[in-house]
Amino acid sequence: MWAIEFLKAVGLAVVIFTFLAVVGAMIGVYLERKISAWIQARLGPKHVGPQGLLQTVADTVKLLQKEHITPRNADALIFNSAPVIVAVAALLDWVVIPFGTAGGRVLVVRDLSIGVLYFAAMASITVVGILSGGWSSNNKYALLGGLRSASQMISYEIPLALGIVWVAMVAGTLSTVGIVNAQLTQGGWFMFKLPPPIGFLGAPFGVLAGVTFLASATAEVNRVPFDLPEAESELVAGYFAEYTGMRFALFQLGEYGEMFGMSALATIMFFGGWAEPRLEPWMWVAVTLGFLVVAAIILLTGARRNLLVRPIVILSLLGAVVSILMALGAHLPSVVWFLVKLFALVFFLMWMRWTYPRLRLDQLLNLSWKVLLPLGLLNLLATGLILTVWGR
Amino acid sequence: MPKVLLDWFYVGVFAVVGTLLAVLPLVVVWLLAPRVDLPQKTITYESGVIPFGQAWAQFNVRYYLFALVFVVFDVEVIYLYPWAVVFRQLGAVAFVEMLMFLLILLVGLAYAWRKGALEWV
Repeated sequence: MWAIEFLKAVGLAVVIFTFLAVVGAMIGVYLERKISAWIQARLGPKHVGPQGLLQTVADTVKLLQKEHITPRNADALIFNSAPVIVAVAALLDWVVIPFGTAGGRVLVVRDLSIGVLYFAAMASITVVGILSGGWSSNNKYALLGGLRSASQMISYEIPLALGIVWVAMVAGTLSTVGIVNAQLTQGGWFMFKLPPPIGFLGAPFGVLAGVTFLASATAEVNRVPFDLPEAESELVAGYFAEYTGMRFALFQLGEYGEMFGMSALATIMFFGGWAEPRLEPWMWVAVTLGFLVVAAIILLTGARRNLLVRPIVILSLLGAVVSILMALGAHLPSVVWFLVKLFALVFFLMWMRWTYPRLRLDQLLNLSWKVLLPLGLLNLLATGLILTVWGR
Repeated sequence: MPKVLLDWFYVGVFAVVGTLLAVLPLVVVWLLAPRVDLPQKTITYESGVIPFGQAWAQFNVRYYLFALVFVVFDVEVIYLYPWAVVFRQLGAVAFVEMLMFLLILLVGLAYAWRKGALEWV
């Protein structure tokens, strides 16, 4: 019995790690480069494989051949273990992420009863890796990056946790599967809908909690506009300035794994997880028309001469086909919906990165302590009040 | 076998296998990559100049203040989790109790704010 479970656990760990390395790191980095290129009107990676798809594979092979350099003044043991800690923390996040349902079973490694709390705990292990990497390098840039990262991550952990507590309060459970099921039961995302009889009137609270959560999640994964720890224009690369080759790649893997993990958690808590959006047929038709209008605007105006808009045209035509099928009553597998929402959020984070400038350290800490924390607490109290008064 | 035990067994296996999988590429590098020892290579990077002094020196005490405030509020949030789960079954009493708890903490936040512990100067 234990042996079978052990083999299952090892198999799942290998599968999830591969998923993170391939989808999280390789496709994530490729998407980041392509999307940043589109936003900045460049072409991005183009030469390795079709449309540059194999660029990150080539980069990984290159990094595998690079020498590992440990600075002689560094604390070697801590220096070498830091990237491993970051990568493992990102992997452990994914234990509680449900990908969808298949044949009545939920596709999740383990549905822990304290799922979201566990996620927050594992995500905050990252800061140990980052801080020890920054400190042990014995490099001034790395130390400053590590310290900034630590102060930023602990500051934003509290608004993040308040977002999680908000969802736990509405759903009445900490299990990730339970949270998605609660949204399935009430027939709407927590972002826009509270349990009956409040319904869509609860949307302002949900939006506030969701925005608070997403902002602090962006800060937790050290992304623009909260990327001070690795601010390349002032700190070279911040806490991983001294890391070479595959150890640098492990940091990247951890970072992208964490970004995908946070997006997955936001999907589960605020956007219904694997649940298929249930809209009236006429609404699906409206969505179809919206996609067609986007494609038509590009094709009928001067924008079509810009090669960079081709993926947008393809995506909107695809979206139009899917939503007209949905209007006719078709269904997509739940895993597809989960991945669509996940990648939409990842795209949103990348869009932010290439749109907004970096915050200053005092602005960053003010935003967390003086805006998000009081807002989160008040939102918790207000939602608690309306749930107590009307939610019985 | 109790479910909770199995759950944490999986988490443990994930931690061990994850560590092995993360070390694996480092082993591959150790086998594949060249190793040429030059003293210049292991100098701490400092934008090309010879580094002066250690990086392990005094740093801003502000980081420490934020860490202290963090501990207070993080412990508070931990208390919120169990309350949030059973909140809807307990009803009005639970809400009033948590209201008092949170108000005391908001006073604490206001105090830290007024004292300037949340200012970065």
